Amino acid sequence: MRITIKYFGQIAEVTKTEEESLEFSGSLISELLETLNVKYNNLKNKDFQVAQNYELVDESTKLTGQEIALLPPFAGG
Amino acid sequence: MSRYNRHIILSEIGREGQDKISSAKVLVVGAGGLGCPVLLYLTAAGIGTIGVIDFDVVELSNLQRQVLFGKSSLGKNKAIAAKERLKDLNEDILINAYPEQLTYQNTIDLFNQYDIIVDGTDNFETRYLVNDACIITNKPLVFGAIYKFEGQVSVFNYQNGPSYRCLFPNPPKKDAVPNCSEIGVLGVLPGIIGSMQANEVLKIVLGIGNVLTGKLLCYNALTSQTSFLTVNKNEAIFRSVLKEKGNFKNKLLNINCSAEMLEVSIKDIELEENIQLIDVREPNELPKIEGLEITSIPLNQLEQNLSKIDSYKKKIIFCQSGIRSKQAVKSLNELSIKNCFSLKEGATELNNYTKVLSDGK
Repeated sequence: MRITIKYFGQIAEVTKTEEESLEFSGSLISELLETLNVKYNNLKNKDFQVAQNYELVDESTKLTGQEIALLPPFAGG
Repeated sequence: MSRYNRHIILSEIGREGQDKISSAKVLVVGAGGLGCPVLLYLTAAGIGTIGVIDFDVVELSNLQRQVLFGKSSLGKNKAIAAKERLKDLNEDILINAYPEQLTYQNTIDLFNQYDIIVDGTDNFETRYLVNDACIITNKPLVFGAIYKFEGQVSVFNYQNGPSYRCLFPNPPKKDAVPNCSEIGVLGVLPGIIGSMQANEVLKIVLGIGNVLTGKLLCYNALTSQTSFLTVNKNEAIFRSVLKEKGNFKNKLLNINCSAEMLEVSIKDIELEENIQLIDVREPNELPKIEGLEITSIPLNQLEQNLSKIDSYKKKIIFCQSGIRSKQAVKSLNELSIKNCFSLKEGATELNNYTKVLSDGK
């Protein structure tokens, strides 16, 4: 399936883009993250939450084809 | 004409709404990039009691975004400087300034005096402290956070909604996420995010509109995009925070303050008046600084000469090359002397600077 992924904050600096669309044949969030960790070397050092269809999910959640977001915490104030 | 006329003539607010605003008590933690617009708009709106807590001191580089302050605030404690400015905006409300650090020891008693807490802090340690204290004292938390050109806003612990930990259960690894002094920020961004926080406070107080509970607003100033992420309440997290209630006051706050953040340049401080220059070199070292008031305390004699240090001023420590001065700042912090900064440049540059000043006269 074709999946759109949005990157926020520091994550976007690692991936060098705020959004991308890719063809993915895996079925779980964890599998998608594994693929992204291979594609982006520094991603595994970063802290972030994952959302699917604008709702927080965990690694065991099934991919639905809806938009994924990688959301890091912000400290600044 | 009443100060709040423009609120009162809105049918959604009216006199009843304005009375709710006047009865509200809001504590703003942090008077920095986020705190400043929150404080400005809540003061303008007439929130009856506003508390502001901040142990930091106004610096020149703050003025790019911390719009409560000005030239006359430089060197002053931010909570006190904020109160001075806000009193001019609205003298009818009560403003409590707390020029101190929020810790596990003072938070519960402080939060119990207010209805709503606003997070305007700039580090994870304090954000988690604030979140947990809000759960323990059962206060809604209006959250805001920024990074370069992006911001996040939400309302936690409101009407059985989630907490910050339901979104990010634990702080990131140390040093993983820098703050504004290390990475930079578009000045207007905290203005936008802080204003949105003030908006959420008013919606809670008035009971109108849709409060951002269970929703994280993500804003990007460069693309103008706004997204909303759903956050669900994690009951187990609430239970585990409440379980720690008895031990809360025994915990220690450990804010990671690297030496780089405590360094200033001559140009950063040239306009500041409320400073004390401290020379930590040995008595025989040259050049001696002329034309400026200097307190001389050799590095290895700091502890015995603490009485020479002015606790109300911003301390600028210097030496020959900026290395001993950093050690001095670290030692003074360990002795609980806050508000100390190490001058990047050394005595020679400082002396040249004062010569330039006097030549120009």
